[in-house]
Amino acid sequence: MADYLPHTDEEVRDMLDFLGLNSLEHLFAHIPSAVRLSGGLDIEAGLSEPDVAAIFAGYGAANIARATAMTCFAGAGAYDHEVPAVVKALGSRSEFVTAYTPYQPEVAQGVLQAIFEYQTLVSRLSGLPIANASLYDGATALVEALNMAGGATKRSRMIISSGVHPHWRAVARTFAAGTGHEIVEVPLRDGLTQWHSVDTSDAAAIVAAYPNYLGVVEDLSEARALASAAGGLFVVAGDPVAAGVLKSAGDWGADVFVGEGQPFGTPLAFGGPYLGLFACTMDQVRRLPGRIVGETIDSNGRRSFVTTLRAREQDIRREKATSNVCTNQTLMAVTAAIQLGWLGTSGLRDVATRCAEGAHYLFDATTAIEGVEAVSSQPFLREFALRLTRPAADVIADMAASGVLAGVAASALAHGGDPSLDEIENVLIIAVTEKRTKVELDAYVELLRKAVA
Amino acid sequence: MAITGLPGGRAASIPLMGHETEPTMFELSVAGRSAAQLRTTGVPTRSLAEMVGATHVKDHAVEMADLSERDLVGHFTRLSHRQFSVDLGAYPLGSCTMKYNPKFCDAVAADVALNGVHPGAPAALTQGWLALLADLEEKLCAITGMTAATLQPAAGAAGELTGLLLMRAYHASRGENRGRVIIPDSAHGTNPASVTLGGYEVTTVPSNERGLVDLEALRGALGPDVAGIMLTNPNTVGLFEEEISEIAAAVHDAGGLLYYDGANLNAIVGVVRPGDMGFDIVHMNLHKTFATPHGGGGPGAGPVAVSARLAEFLPGPKATRMADGTFDWVAPARSIGRVHGWHGNAMVLARALAYIDVHGGDGLTRVAQHAVLNANWLRQRLAGTLPAAYDRPCMHEAVLTATSLKAETGVRGLDVAKALLDEGFHSPTVYFPLIVDEALMFEPTETESPQTLEALAQAIESIVARAATEADVLHHAPHHTPVSRVDEARAARHLIATEDAAARG
Repeated sequence: MADYLPHTDEEVRDMLDFLGLNSLEHLFAHIPSAVRLSGGLDIEAGLSEPDVAAIFAGYGAANIARATAMTCFAGAGAYDHEVPAVVKALGSRSEFVTAYTPYQPEVAQGVLQAIFEYQTLVSRLSGLPIANASLYDGATALVEALNMAGGATKRSRMIISSGVHPHWRAVARTFAAGTGHEIVEVPLRDGLTQWHSVDTSDAAAIVAAYPNYLGVVEDLSEARALASAAGGLFVVAGDPVAAGVLKSAGDWGADVFVGEGQPFGTPLAFGGPYLGLFACTMDQVRRLPGRIVGETIDSNGRRSFVTTLRAREQDIRREKATSNVCTNQTLMAVTAAIQLGWLGTSGLRDVATRCAEGAHYLFDATTAIEGVEAVSSQPFLREFALRLTRPAADVIADMAASGVLAGVAASALAHGGDPSLDEIENVLIIAVTEKRTKVELDAYVELLRKAVA
Repeated sequence: MAITGLPGGRAASIPLMGHETEPTMFELSVAGRSAAQLRTTGVPTRSLAEMVGATHVKDHAVEMADLSERDLVGHFTRLSHRQFSVDLGAYPLGSCTMKYNPKFCDAVAADVALNGVHPGAPAALTQGWLALLADLEEKLCAITGMTAATLQPAAGAAGELTGLLLMRAYHASRGENRGRVIIPDSAHGTNPASVTLGGYEVTTVPSNERGLVDLEALRGALGPDVAGIMLTNPNTVGLFEEEISEIAAAVHDAGGLLYYDGANLNAIVGVVRPGDMGFDIVHMNLHKTFATPHGGGGPGAGPVAVSARLAEFLPGPKATRMADGTFDWVAPARSIGRVHGWHGNAMVLARALAYIDVHGGDGLTRVAQHAVLNANWLRQRLAGTLPAAYDRPCMHEAVLTATSLKAETGVRGLDVAKALLDEGFHSPTVYFPLIVDEALMFEPTETESPQTLEALAQAIESIVARAATEADVLHHAPHHTPVSRVDEARAARHLIATEDAAARG
C-alpha cells in the first residue's frame, strides 16, 4: 500500500465533518448502487517503489535489444542518435516536464518561447515559412497533411508514394475510413516512385518521401509538377536530419512538410513519445492543425508569446475545427529545440554527413559480400536496403546473438504485395548514425557475411 | 474546518527570478560557436556530392542557433524560471487533472533498458516491452470494466477518433450505415471535432437545469441513423450522470453505442467502472488519471478499451501473450489498422503502469476518494464567496460561477483567474463548460494538502473582497508574473510565428 496522498487520517475526518459526511464512501452516495463497483478493483494491492522497480528491472532485462546490450543498425524512422547529458538535463527540468498546455501565458512564457524557437527551427529545416507547435508523430502528421489537402482542394484523392514509410501509409488508410479519403499508393521500381503509373489529375495531395523508407533520395521534380498540374498540394514527408544537408522541402516546392522529429533529442523509446513535425506555406495557415505560438507584447509593452490563431482549434471551433488535436508533443518539441541548440549549424551538418559516411562505408562493404545485393541502384543518404539470400528476420535473429541489431526487416513493416517491393521477405533495411564506429561497421560486415553464407 | 500551519502551494508569482525578458536562442547565437561533441568513429570522410549527387545537396547550411553549452544551459534554465508547473505549486486547472507526477515513474522511464529499445526490433528481442504492454492493457481493462484495449493512441483526442472509427467498423460489420453521433452541449471541444473526422454529423443534446443530460431530449434525438453517443461521466460540470443506466438503455435500444470520454476518470477509479455503466468504448487520458507528466502540452497517451463485441476491431498489432507464455504482436481479426507510427507513446505507458503498480487497486480507489473530497471541500469552503454553478455534491471538480460577482462589481471570472496568478496559484479553467455563465472550474486533485486548499480559498476570498473597491486593478491582473496580460488580438492580427517572421534587426 503506497500512494502520494498528503492527507492524514485526522485531516480526512475533519474534511468529511465539514461536509457533514461520515465516510469517504458517502461522497459517492448519489451514484446509483446498480452501477457501483462492489468489492474493489481486480488489481493487486499497491507495492512500494523499490518493489515496483524490481518488476520493471525484469521487463528491462527481458529486452535483449536494449541499447546497452546491442549495437543498433535499425532505423526505419527511429534512429539511435547521440543525446548528450546537457540535453537530457535541460529537457528533464520539471518546469517543462510538469506544466500543462500554456493556457495562461503570463506564467507560461518558458514553454511558449521554447515552442516559438522550435517553430523557427522546423521552419528553417523545412524551407517553409510556418510550423506548428508539434503533432503526435510523423505518421499522424501525414494524416493531418492529407486533411489539410482535402480542406484546401475539396477533393478526396490522396496519391502517396509507397516510398513513404509503410506504417505511415497504414495510419493514413485507417483514418481515411472516417474522412472518406481515397488513398492511392504508387509503386516503386528500383526504389523510385512510378508516378506515371497512376492517374494524378484530380489529386488533393501528392505525397513524396525524402529520402524514402528504403533510403533512396528521389528527385522530386516530377512529383512537384504533377501536383501543380492537378492543382493539389505537394506534401514532402522528410527526414529532418537529412534536411540538414539535402535540399529542403521548400526548395523542392512543397506546400507541406511532415516529418518525424525523434532524431532531435528523443531516445528510441520503443516508438514513443516521438515528435510530429509539420510546416507549410502561408497560403494554408488557416488550415494549420494544432497549436501555433505567436509573438506579441504584454500590457507593459514587453515581448511575450502566446498561442494564436486559436479560432482554428477544437475548443473554439468544435465540429468545424481544422483538427481534433489538443494535447500534442510539446516536451519533445522543446527537447528538439534544445538538441538543435546543442548541435548548432555546423553540428547538424556534421551529424547528417557522418551518418551518410558510415552508411556508404557499410553499403560498399556489405554489397561486396556474395549473396548480398542492393535493392536499389539509386542514391541514398544514411539508410539503405539490401536483398539477402535468406529471410531478413532470420539474419536479424542470427546477428542479434552476437550483439548486433542488424536492421529492420522490410517484412516487419509491410506485408507481401506492398507496392514498394517485389519480394519483401529477404529485404533488410539498415541505418547508420553518427554514433557507429568503423570497428562496429567492420564487425557488422563479418557477421553479415557469416549469416548469409 | 480550521486549517492550521503554514499555507502551501503559492508559486505563480515569483519575485525577481523569471522577470527579465529572455533573448531568443537566435539572438544569443554567435556564428562559429558550437556545443556539439560527437563520437570519434574512424569512418573515412567523403563528400556529400559524391555520396548523394550534387542535385540533392543543399548549397548553403541551414542556420540553426550557434551557442556554447554554457549559453544553452543558461537560456533554457532562465526560460524554465518563466514557467509555472505542478512541481512549483497548486495547479487547479479544471478538466486537466494536474496532480503530482511521481518522480519514481520518471525514473522508470529513464531506464535505458526500456527507453533504449528500438521499436522495430523483433518481438523475440523485446519481450520485456511486450509483457509490460500486455500487463498494462489487462489493468486498464480491470479499471474500466472492459474486455480489451489498444495502447496506440497518443493522446485523448487520438483515442476519441480511434473510438469513433471502431464505432464505424462495428456498424459497418452489421451492414448498417449510421450517420450521426450525439454529444451533450457540455462536451469538450475535442468530441465534436473528432466526430467530424470520424465521418459523422454532430447532434447536440441540451443539458437540463441540473447540469445533466436531458433524458427526454436524448430520447427525441435517437433514431436508426444514430451511431452512438459520446459522454463524459462525471460530466464537464463535475457532476455524475445519475441516469446513466437509463441513458445506456435508450441508446442501446436504438442500436447505438456508448462512448466514454475518460477525461474525468480520476473521479471514479475503483468506485464505478464505465463497463458497468453500459459503455462500449472508453478512452483514458493517462497523463491525467495516471499522473504521467504533461510536458507543457504533451506527450499524453489515450488508450482505448472496448467491450467484447468490439475487441476484434481494435487497432493492431497488439502485444499478446501466446500459449507458450511468450509474447508476440498479433492483429485483431477485423482490425481497423494502425493509429500510430509504432506502438503508442510507450514511455508514457510505462510510467502509467508504474503508477498503477505502486497504488494497486486499493490505492487507486483512495486517489478517486481524495480527489472528490478535495473538490467538495473547496466547493463548500467557497460557497459564500463564489457559488457553485449547481448546488449539489460534485465529483473531482467544482464548477463555480462569477455571475453575481460580475453583476455587482464588474469583475469577471477571467479577472479572478488572472488575479489568482498574483496570489501564487495557477488559474482554474475559465469559461468552460460553455453552458455555465462566467465559469471557473477548479480541479484541486487528490495530491494537494488541506493547507494548500485553505490557502487557495483564502486567496480567492481576498480577490473577491477586493472586487468592490479595486475592480480596475483586477481587470489588469496579474501584476507580479513574468509578463502581464498579453495582447492576444495583436498576436493573431500580426502573425509572428518564427524568428524569421519577426525579422529582428
